[in-house]
Amino acid sequence: MSSRDQILKSIRNQVVASVDHPGLAGDWIRYDDRVAHFATVLTAVGGAAHVVDSAEEITAELSRVPAFAHASKIVSLCDQISGNVDFDAIDDPHALEDVDFAVLPAQFAVAENGAVWVDDAAVKHRVIYFIPQHLSFIVRSPTHVADAIVDNMHQAYERISLGEPQFGTFVSGPSKTADIEQSLVIGAHGARSLNVFFLRQ
Amino acid sequence: MKTAEHPEQASKFVANDQRAHWHDQALWFVREKRDRMAVSLPEWEQLRSAASQIKLHTVSRLADYLEQFEQNATKLGAVVHWARDSEEHNQIVLSLLQKAGAKQVVKSKSMLTEECHLNPFLEAQGIEVVDTDLGERIVQLRKETPSHIVLPAIHIKKEEVSETFHEHLQTEAGNNDPNYLTEAARNHLREKFLAADVGITGVNFAIAETGGLVVCTNEGNADLGVSLPKMHIACMGIEKLVPHAADLSVFLRLLARSATGQPITTYSSHFHGPSPGSELHIILVDNGRSNLMGSEQFRNSLKCIRCGACMNTCPVYRRSGGHSYGTTVPGPIGSILAPSRDSKAHKSLPFACTLCGSCTDVCPVKIDLHHELLEWRGEIHRRGQLPMSKTVPMKLTSWMMRSPWLFRWVGAIGKFCLRHLPRWAIYHGLNPWGKQREMPESPQQSFRQLYQIHESKKASDE
Repeated sequence: MSSRDQILKSIRNQVVASVDHPGLAGDWIRYDDRVAHFATVLTAVGGAAHVVDSAEEITAELSRVPAFAHASKIVSLCDQISGNVDFDAIDDPHALEDVDFAVLPAQFAVAENGAVWVDDAAVKHRVIYFIPQHLSFIVRSPTHVADAIVDNMHQAYERISLGEPQFGTFVSGPSKTADIEQSLVIGAHGARSLNVFFLRQ
Repeated sequence: MKTAEHPEQASKFVANDQRAHWHDQALWFVREKRDRMAVSLPEWEQLRSAASQIKLHTVSRLADYLEQFEQNATKLGAVVHWARDSEEHNQIVLSLLQKAGAKQVVKSKSMLTEECHLNPFLEAQGIEVVDTDLGERIVQLRKETPSHIVLPAIHIKKEEVSETFHEHLQTEAGNNDPNYLTEAARNHLREKFLAADVGITGVNFAIAETGGLVVCTNEGNADLGVSLPKMHIACMGIEKLVPHAADLSVFLRLLARSATGQPITTYSSHFHGPSPGSELHIILVDNGRSNLMGSEQFRNSLKCIRCGACMNTCPVYRRSGGHSYGTTVPGPIGSILAPSRDSKAHKSLPFACTLCGSCTDVCPVKIDLHHELLEWRGEIHRRGQLPMSKTVPMKLTSWMMRSPWLFRWVGAIGKFCLRHLPRWAIYHGLNPWGKQREMPESPQQSFRQLYQIHESKKASDE
C-alpha cells in the first residue's frame, strides 16, 4: 500500500465524532473612519499612509523620501510613476537583486491590521514584492478612498478569489524582526520602508 | 532515545538566576503585547470559538479534506507527496533535491522539519541548508536548536549574537547593536537567497477548497527564499488543513495577535500552484498525527496553530527555558505532543506544569491544555512510567489523607517543624519545595481549629 493510502486508512480508522463547521457569520468589527484607522495601524507597524488626489502628489511625496530621491534603480508598475527598469524584459528574477525602489499597484487595504492585498496576476516576477530595498504601493480608488479599504479580514476574503494558479499576499508594513533580544529592527530581508498611497481618481 | 528529565535540564537554566529572570521578563513582555491585541477586538472570544470549532470540524473529516486538497493542489500544478514518518519525509526532500541537482538550500522556519531533523540529514548528504529566519540563523550558527517555536533565539543575549556574528560573519567585535547585527545578517542572507537552488518552507495553513497554502513571516524570508529558485518544497503536518479560504480570516486574525502581539504578520503569503516555469512540491506528513486523532483526551492538541502563546504565558517555561523540555515544541503544548509520540522518553514533561491554567486561557484555538497535562499525568502513572520518587510519596500521602487523625497529627508535626527546626533541617536536598524559595510561614492555628472556634462561637451566640 502506498504511504498515501496508509495515511488515509489510518485516519479513517480513528473514531472521531462529527463536528459541524461553525460558519463565519459574525458581528465583526467595523470602524467609523477606515482611512484613519488603517493609517494608525500601518504607522504602528512601521509604514506610512498617504491620501492623494493626483499622480503629481505621489511624485512630490516620494521625492521627499531620501531612499527614492537617491535610488538608482527604480521599478514602477504604476502608470503614474516612471521607473527606469524595463521589468517585463527581465527573464531571470535574480537580475532584480539591486533594485532600490519599487512602486507597485495594490488591490485594496484592510483597516484592522494595516495590510494591503497584492497578487501576481499582472506581475511577471513575484520577487519584486520582497527584493527591493524600499517599497511603495498605490491603491487606486475611483470614488471615496474608504471604498478601497475593508474593515476586517472577513470582508477581505470576500474580495479576493483564490484557486487560480496565482500568488497573493497581505503586506502589513516593512520587513521586520525582533529576534535579537526583542528589539524591533525594520528591514530584515525585504523592504526597509513601506509607503501606501491612496489615489483618488 | 534517552531524554534527560525536565527538572535536571531546568536546574542548569535556573543556575544563572539573573538570566532566568531576564528570560522571564522578555516573554512576559510578549504576553502583555498579546493581551493588548486581544482586548482590541471585541469579538476575540467569538473568534477563538470559531477557530476551535473549525479545527475540530476539519479533524473530524480530515481524510476527505486531504483528498480534496490533493486534488485541487494537483490541478494548480503542484506535486503532492505523502510521508508516514520523518524518515520518509526526509527521503522525499532528498530525492527532490537530487533531481534538481541542488547543493544549496534556503529554508524558512518550519517546526515540522525540526521535528524530522531534516537539517542534519541533508548536511550528511553534502547539502548546505541555510535557515533564513534571523532567530533560526543565529541558533543554527551556534549549533543549537530553537528554544521557542516563534522566537527561536529568545534565550540568547545580544552580546552572544554579536560574538557569533563576529566569528561567522566577520562583524565588529563587541558591537552589540541589534540594528547593526540585523543589517549584517541581511547582507549575508541575501547572498544565500541569490545562490540557492531550492527554497524550503513550512506551512501555516493549507486550504482544502482551493489547493493553496499560506506561509506567514515578518521578515519576508520565506518569500525571498522561494521566489528566486526554480523549486519550492513546502513541508506540512496533515493537521495544518482548513476547509475554506474564508476560514483563514479567523486564523489570520488570531495567529500574530496571539504570537507576538502584532495585528497580523508583515507577510501572509498565499501560494496557489508554482510560479510559471517553476515547481511546487507539497509534502503531507503524518508522523504520529493520525494516531492522536483517535484519542478522545488528546485530539484537541491537533488544533494547535503554533503561535507560542502558551509558552509566553507559562510560569514554568518562562523560568526554565525552552531547551529544558528537550523537544522540538517546548512549553505546555510540547508537553502534550511529546509524550503522545514517546511517553517514556518524555514522562517528566506533563509534570513541568503548575496547572495554573494560564495556557488554556490564552490559547487562540481553545485547547484545554492544562486539563490534557493533568490527563497525561494519570496516563503516565497507568503506564507504570512514574519514578518511585513520585509514586511512593503519593501513596503515603493518599494513605495519610484517608485517615483524619493521622492527617491532623502529621499536620501538627509539620507546623511544629516549620516553626522550631533550624534552617538546615528544613532546607536541604530532600525537600525540593525549599529550593529557591522560602517555605510558607506556619500559622498559629490550623484551618480545623479556626473552624471549630468559629462554630462554637456561633453556637454560644444562638
